[in-house]
Amino acid sequence: MSAPMTPPRTLAEAALAEAFDAALPGLPGGPDARKLRETSFSKFYDAGLPHRRIEAWHYTDLRALMRTAAPLAEAPSADSLAALREKLAASAPGCRLVVVDGVFVAQLSDPAPEGVVIQSLASVLAAGRPDLIALLAAQEFGGADTIVSLNAALMQDGVVIEVAPGAVVAEPIRIIYASTACEPRASYARSALIVGAGASMRLIEEDFGAQAAQTNRCLIVSVGDEAACDHIVSMTGMGRSSLRIESMIVRLGARVKFKSFGLIGDGGVVRRQIFMRFDGADSEGTLSGVSLLRGREHADTTLLVEHAGTGCAGRETFKYVLDEEAVGVFQGKITVEKEAQKTDGRMMSKALLLSDGVAMNNKPELEIFADDVACGHGATCGGLDENQLFYLQTRGLPFAEAEALLLEAFAADLVDELLDEATGAELREKIVCWLSARGAAPAAGDAP
Amino acid sequence: MAAVQETVDRVKSIDVSEYKYGFFSDIESEKAPKGLNEDIVRFISAKKNEPDWLTQWRLGAFRRWLTMAEPTWARVDFPKIDYQDLYYYSAPKTAAGPKSLDEVDPELLKVYAKLGIPLGEQEILAGVAPERRVAVDAVFDSVSVVTTFKDELAKAGVIFCPISEAVHTHPELVQKYLGSVVPTTDNYFATLNSAVFSDGSFVYIPPGVRCPMELSTYFRINEQNTGQFERTLIIADKGSYVSYLEGCTAPKRDENQLHAAVVELVTHEDAEIKYSTVQNWYPGDSEGKGGIFNFVTKRGDCRGARSKISWTQVETGSAITWKYPSCILRGDESRGEFYSIAISNGRQQVDSGTKMIHLGKNTTSRIISKGISAGKSQNTYRGQVSSHRKATGARNFTNCDSLLIGNSCGAHTVPYIESRNTSTQFEHEATTSKISDDQLFYCMQRGLSAEEATALIVNGFVRDVLQQLPMEFAVEAQKLIAISLEGSVG
Repeated sequence: MSAPMTPPRTLAEAALAEAFDAALPGLPGGPDARKLRETSFSKFYDAGLPHRRIEAWHYTDLRALMRTAAPLAEAPSADSLAALREKLAASAPGCRLVVVDGVFVAQLSDPAPEGVVIQSLASVLAAGRPDLIALLAAQEFGGADTIVSLNAALMQDGVVIEVAPGAVVAEPIRIIYASTACEPRASYARSALIVGAGASMRLIEEDFGAQAAQTNRCLIVSVGDEAACDHIVSMTGMGRSSLRIESMIVRLGARVKFKSFGLIGDGGVVRRQIFMRFDGADSEGTLSGVSLLRGREHADTTLLVEHAGTGCAGRETFKYVLDEEAVGVFQGKITVEKEAQKTDGRMMSKALLLSDGVAMNNKPELEIFADDVACGHGATCGGLDENQLFYLQTRGLPFAEAEALLLEAFAADLVDELLDEATGAELREKIVCWLSARGAAPAAGDAP
Repeated sequence: MAAVQETVDRVKSIDVSEYKYGFFSDIESEKAPKGLNEDIVRFISAKKNEPDWLTQWRLGAFRRWLTMAEPTWARVDFPKIDYQDLYYYSAPKTAAGPKSLDEVDPELLKVYAKLGIPLGEQEILAGVAPERRVAVDAVFDSVSVVTTFKDELAKAGVIFCPISEAVHTHPELVQKYLGSVVPTTDNYFATLNSAVFSDGSFVYIPPGVRCPMELSTYFRINEQNTGQFERTLIIADKGSYVSYLEGCTAPKRDENQLHAAVVELVTHEDAEIKYSTVQNWYPGDSEGKGGIFNFVTKRGDCRGARSKISWTQVETGSAITWKYPSCILRGDESRGEFYSIAISNGRQQVDSGTKMIHLGKNTTSRIISKGISAGKSQNTYRGQVSSHRKATGARNFTNCDSLLIGNSCGAHTVPYIESRNTSTQFEHEATTSKISDDQLFYCMQRGLSAEEATALIVNGFVRDVLQQLPMEFAVEAQKLIAISLEGSVG
């Protein structure tokens, strides 16, 4: 048989290689970081952009979806930061950390609350603390993904949050992503969250205004024993021609309570990938999300949940509302290692299809090597229940209202179930806002 | 408690030898030279005295095969197969077309008697044997040795004969349908089969006929280093019905043997095919030595409206199973069903599942898959359910449950669910668990041993599928399940 063929380089791949060579001298970090960047980039470049023959990217063919690579965003100017400061004044409560075009901006951010140390990724890379660098490099778990490698190669900056053991942080820490670029630009941020043993905290990531045309973000989370951590990410500030890849790599200690919720709406191509590994015993990990899609949007949620500790409970629930010609993808893989006895894993994906032009692809996977486990997954997709619609109409609701009511109930119940009241209300409002705008004119930021 | 007694009896009756079909019969055979090239393809074609179009068809497939690579996506791991180190044709010497059972080599008949396959037409007709009648096509290595009840079937207009014979007696049907469901370009193993297939069954049920008896093919690999490549083609014309059973065994050998079959089913308007398999190829010993590599492409095409295809399989044998019986639901309101029990023990590796492709309107499908892994085996369900944009009203229900016995095995589920319109309703559920301690405790507290209790619970676990099997297969399947799991408890 002939040797494996190297596919011809796409325009985007060539542009990325050029961008990497040009940017490398200016990217933060010492020689170690540089080495990491180089090996990561060659890992990416050897494999190329993932395409449909790569199992984990079967339904999100980046070779086809990413035709060009936008140039890397420049550091924001003082004027644009000043303008941003005014706009940010009225944002929600909590400790605010601002990342503009992939770069952490200290002067727009709040001071760290008690028990928390906040640094920029650039300063961490420069200081070269080996434990932090190793964590940020994320070479073992999740790091094998080519797009995570690309992020490691090009990471411009980000936030490194360390929560001291036992610290209880009452107010949420809020990372706000903003962009000042007028032209289509790419941004690569990599952040880390280290929650010490017994600590508890809440991290919210949200978009502020329009975002860079191509973003590739990576968040690395390590939760110590007996800690509690809630994570909420809302991805709603993208234009319809944007491409966004959000990777999260999570490792959980023993007796941890970890929750993560993501809202995806109004984007072009979105891929949210979560790699979560239960290292310790008796932990609870909950991953959930709602994707609201219309137009020709494409949203992919891909999970890899690895159970290595015994007696852990994993809960994954994802919902999709698809309208017009949107494409939804859910891939979830639960693996249970031989030692991870007494694992309880449940995964569910539900999609509501509102128009005949949509497509929903589900691939829930189980891979189990331990015998004393209870694992299951479910996947459903279908239209709205006509009986329910009919019932509401007999009660005097017009069709549109009845439909809106059912959609809200479908999409928002996860929010009520999983989140505290304040953040729940915030997200619920976003969902209702999307639903009421359904069928209206396309959202802002639609420029190519 | 009749059910308990039944289980106890069954467990007692299990042979000590784990694989009781592992004997080898010394029957003189005629083989093609070892290896694979165009001459071998021509040799096989010439042996069967095939018309030119079929020879060319085979050669086309062979040339295509040369350009293909062995698929690696399945969750199975096996040493590289040397395709040049195999015999692609082997026939018992005496098999030069026996006219009746009397002319069949008595040695061969003995083999089938030993396997418990009823070839004795007269006995059954004379009322000596039980009344239930099954027409059998017995395929021994590369050729069909005998087909029973041909005359009686012919009265009803049913054609049931070896495919090598059908090529001559019904060329128009063979030419029309062969490769129309699984094209020669389909996949590596199907393409290989298209090039070198030796024999298999051909069934045609004319319009409006309900086949008067169950049809059955029994496959036996006897020779060493021989690949078996059978090809089955079943056509159910408008409004007809047929139930078809397939069974297979092979002797115990230390080398791996290759089996790459293709089964094509076609149903026209209102027709129904029920296809049941009990696959019990030699699985290799407990250390994974020997055993059959079973790479099978099975596909049914529901061409007409309201047609139905139902696959039922009990997979207990083979070292490697790579098998995805599928349904293409082309006709409006057509229906596909897939019921499967896949049991793996020792070092067996199973990667099996189904595809339900919804193309017509209001098509429905149902998948029930039960996987049981024990020992050091790996058992994967891999399935696809998809609906085309125009397949309005498509419905699917999928249920795959896996049971793990012991902590050295693995059970995996990989479903692909692709939906393209709002009126499609797909539901999928999968669970993996072990036998509940509570259930075991309850049974043992009632006086059953651990092994008996396990057998009872497993039989309960697979009951949904067993119910779909024709009667005599269901009994055989239950025994097989008990044998397959022997030694996995305690």
